[in-house]
Amino acid sequence: MNQEVTSATNLSRMRWHCRRGMRELDVLLTRYLETTYNQSTPIQQQAFADLLDLQDPVIMAYVIGKETPVRPEIADVIRQLTRVGS
Amino acid sequence: MSAYEFVDHSYDVVVVGAGGAGLRATFGLANSGLSVACVTKVFPTRSHTVAAQGGISAALGNMGQDDWRWHMYDTIKGSDWLGDQDAIEFMCKEAPAAILELEHYGLPFSRTEEGKIYQRPFGGMTTQYGTGPAAQRTCAAADRTGHAMLHTLYQQALKHEAQFFIEYFAVDLIMENGECRGVVAVDMATGKIHRFRAHMVVLATGGYGRAYFSCTSAHTCTGDGGGMVLRAGLPMQDMEFVQFHPTGIYGSGCLITEGARGEGGILRNSKGEAFMERYAPSAKNLASRDVVSRAMTIEIREGRGVGAEQDHIFLHLEHLGAKVLQEKLPGISETAKIFAGVDVTKQPIPVLPTVHYNMGGIPTNIHGEVVTLKDGNPDSVVPGLMAVGEAACVSVHGANRLGSNSLLDLVIFGREAARHCAEVVKPGRRHKPLAADAGDLAISRIDRYRNAKGELKTSKIRLDMQRVMQNHAAVFRTGESLQEGVDKLDKVIDSFGSVNVSDRGLVWNTDLIETLELDNLLGQAAATISSALNRKESRGAHAREDFPNRDDANWMKHTLSWVDARGKVSLDTRPVHMYTLTDDVEVVPPKARVY
Repeated sequence: MNQEVTSATNLSRMRWHCRRGMRELDVLLTRYLETTYNQSTPIQQQAFADLLDLQDPVIMAYVIGKETPVRPEIADVIRQLTRVGS
Repeated sequence: MSAYEFVDHSYDVVVVGAGGAGLRATFGLANSGLSVACVTKVFPTRSHTVAAQGGISAALGNMGQDDWRWHMYDTIKGSDWLGDQDAIEFMCKEAPAAILELEHYGLPFSRTEEGKIYQRPFGGMTTQYGTGPAAQRTCAAADRTGHAMLHTLYQQALKHEAQFFIEYFAVDLIMENGECRGVVAVDMATGKIHRFRAHMVVLATGGYGRAYFSCTSAHTCTGDGGGMVLRAGLPMQDMEFVQFHPTGIYGSGCLITEGARGEGGILRNSKGEAFMERYAPSAKNLASRDVVSRAMTIEIREGRGVGAEQDHIFLHLEHLGAKVLQEKLPGISETAKIFAGVDVTKQPIPVLPTVHYNMGGIPTNIHGEVVTLKDGNPDSVVPGLMAVGEAACVSVHGANRLGSNSLLDLVIFGREAARHCAEVVKPGRRHKPLAADAGDLAISRIDRYRNAKGELKTSKIRLDMQRVMQNHAAVFRTGESLQEGVDKLDKVIDSFGSVNVSDRGLVWNTDLIETLELDNLLGQAAATISSALNRKESRGAHAREDFPNRDDANWMKHTLSWVDARGKVSLDTRPVHMYTLTDDVEVVPPKARVY
């Protein structure tokens, strides 16, 4: 399997992991993956992958500013996710 | 078919779906000593049940006098007398015990100062058969009830050694001479095709909100069980009954809470007119969900919608001031900013009536056994097949669901399905060999779509379907608009023959999975719009401009809809159960549904 195929499969897998129980998160996470992920730094990409492993209510609390992520990289991804018009 | 190989499994019972209903069934089955597999396309705690924040109803009487009979009365009235009264009796009577069980399993309910489960009021929940004050009947775990429920049930299911097959997409049932023998699923991570043989298959696959352009449900709500049932030649029930929430954000579908209107939010059309004053002179913007949704839809249809396409309405909160917004509606400012790009202190929020819940589904009896109309018998059980939760139509919600009754539905009928299986399935019973062609339907569909070389993208066909459903089968319904919708949807279904799937592989082929999901949605969209055209009355969520009244003499009956491979719908009916299960309570005779 060449690198390109692996990367396409990886993107497809992440696309599925953007499928959440809450529509709000479907919208934000999918938009980030489609518009921003490819241009992100490896650190940001890793932070996004880690974010996808969290529970929906936790991500939602970050999104609406009810709670703040401890890790600055995750906070950075949340800022990018919620940037209007991104 | 030789290009595909099956990985075979045998279990006493297989559950498809891991939301509240699927997990309650899985846990109950494992707990009773049956071998059980739960097949789910998303990780269990990411099921759409996680979005249920409101709570779960049960006449515990912790906050004042309550009685399951009052809860039953409210549910029947809420259903606009389309609900089956035996099923509603069962649900409301079993509710307190089922809630106390959840507490025992570790669900962290919010509590009163004395340590009892706290209960709050909810729309439509009353006391003394509608004559007393509002009931405080809804239990919650802060604002995370759905999540807490999923978490609790998943842990219990694991503890009792249920087997989970996560990120496995169920494709089709294995049917043999009218009996369900199992289910075929694709393991998305490896692309391998698995054949699960079982004495009973329990479908707990949720609703099909995504058939509409604007829905509050997660992207994963594609009604996969309903699609499988239709392809097995079995009917769906009461599909014309779709509940709308008036204020979904235009474009994204994300919910703006009812509280926004409660705190003084005003809906305005393109002329700046606060039009609710015309439709509900006293309640105005606080009128019930169906009334507000209908008024908004009429404004849009008559050319007074806002935006470039004049296809939505503005919800104004600016006049409330930043302080009130912050104090009374926390999170609204953030939600509006992120999902609509507006500053609520300066600009209105674009909103649209948005699909919220499907009352219709796979017809079942109170044990969760799937039933069909066969040889004149409307309660003919389909051997080997059950359905629970939003995927099913028991029918406890009838023509309209009350808030906090959906989580109850999941728990009660998930639990009962497990209990009934324990009664009829003997652990470890040997399986008959499958027929030589078992699983061929699934394989042929996977093969066809994986190699589909048409000119239309799946997302384009999905959007076409969603627009037809939103424009012709939403809140405003007339014979003419529905007929137009039926014709347009036929064309969309025809266009599905020209679908293009770009990825020919099977590993993480989300393009293929979304195409299989679209197939499921299309069948249910056809069932919905044809059932709506056929029902010439207004009842609950189904409001016909040309037949504005409820017509019990002709229409107090469930609609059954079959959809063939070409999308052609045939219809029949089943009687509404106007009888109770026991002598503990009397039938509630029909009367006008007035609040």
